[in-house]
Amino acid sequence: MEEIIHITVEDPQGGIRQLEIPEGISLSLMEVLRASEYDILATCGGMALCATCHIEVLEGSENLDPLSDAELDMLDTLPDAGDQSRLACQIRLNPALDGLKIRVFGNN
Amino acid sequence: MEAQEIYADRRGSVTDHRIKTDICIIGAGPVGLFAVFEAGLLKMRCHLIDALPQVGGQLSEIYPHKPIYDIPGYPAINAQELVNNLMEQISPFQPSFTLGERVEAVERQADGSYYVVGSENTIIHAQVIVIAGGLGSFEPRKPEIPGLSDFEGRGVSYMVKNPEHYRDKRIVIAGGGDSALDWTVFLSDIAREVTLIHRSDSFRGAPDSAEKVFALAASGKIQLLLQRNLSSVRGNGILNQVGVTDKHKQEQLIETDALIPLFGLSPKLGPIADWGLNIDKSAITVDTTDYSTGIERIYAIGDINTYPGKLKLILCGFHEAALMAQSAFKYVHPAEKLSFKYTTVNGVNTF
Repeated sequence: MEEIIHITVEDPQGGIRQLEIPEGISLSLMEVLRASEYDILATCGGMALCATCHIEVLEGSENLDPLSDAELDMLDTLPDAGDQSRLACQIRLNPALDGLKIRVFGNN
Repeated sequence: MEAQEIYADRRGSVTDHRIKTDICIIGAGPVGLFAVFEAGLLKMRCHLIDALPQVGGQLSEIYPHKPIYDIPGYPAINAQELVNNLMEQISPFQPSFTLGERVEAVERQADGSYYVVGSENTIIHAQVIVIAGGLGSFEPRKPEIPGLSDFEGRGVSYMVKNPEHYRDKRIVIAGGGDSALDWTVFLSDIAREVTLIHRSDSFRGAPDSAEKVFALAASGKIQLLLQRNLSSVRGNGILNQVGVTDKHKQEQLIETDALIPLFGLSPKLGPIADWGLNIDKSAITVDTTDYSTGIERIYAIGDINTYPGKLKLILCGFHEAALMAQSAFKYVHPAEKLSFKYTTVNGVNTF
């Protein structure tokens, strides 16, 4: 039976929404957020080169793969990145993400 | 070379420039460049203007070394190589360029032609405008600090246009990338005091630049504040202090004459949004018969446009450029009849 991955997203205005994504879908978290109409430019299309899909992980970071050098390099250029910052394009959807809670940034 | 450096090199020489052309192309990315070729085949001259200091758009700015696999005829080609090839392909049509300048306004004239006005006072007179602006113009990423914008031009700047401006002054640079490191090193010989603020405790930029910065800090030539964030800007009309917080949110005030936040570039739609075009989710809606916008003589091609079925692919932008040129011809050569010719039959008749 197909499982559902639940991801809770807090937007810049403080609104909270739960996304339900069918397991087995081959997308990055950036692509899911864009499909859900969050204001994410994704200028580079998902190569960890533009940092426009910057998110903060509020809960569930232990279930994510560690950051790659490319992702760390890019995050390091941002003025507002913190310890829990990630680039959504570098997170592949998989069942382990169920219960993830994140915050997206406005496209300022 | 870092973008900011090229910017600094170029800026000094730019003055009030007047240019006359057939087509003004806003955006010198791959699609804007190829539009020069399609226009040139129809004897239309082009001038390109781009906010970035170099041509190539995001290909050159963001991923010059990445291979692209869906350019017809190239099983794989690096982004910068594609840009270089396009420049070679369009060179017979002698395009002219205004780089490092953002378009601020377009002004329609009584005869239907346009003046395109740039941020550095370049004025381009054109019969037709083609917006090939991709995701918008690349602009410095600004940290979110209350009141920061009030000090822009009053002590705060996001790029170093003229290093001499900082001679014998106290400056604070924020950021951890290559340009923050390079400018810290460079300005340490010019400014009276240089403070570099970076949010983590190491630098991921070029190791030799980072080494130089650590050496300058060890010798007392600069002040290096790691694991700190910019938190406030203060001054009476003109910046004179910046606040910096550490991990425990303790704020420290630094007396300074200038603050230079260097956090890279990010694309913004910018003034295009205010030109009366139909905008849908930061893209311009166009008619797919010729990629015209709702405004006569203004076309939009490449990633900046949208229509049912739109794909943001370079190859789609190339197609759009070809159809645009066929349609724009009537405004540039109103007395002539357009006849479609193949390059294989006719060759490329250069200017």
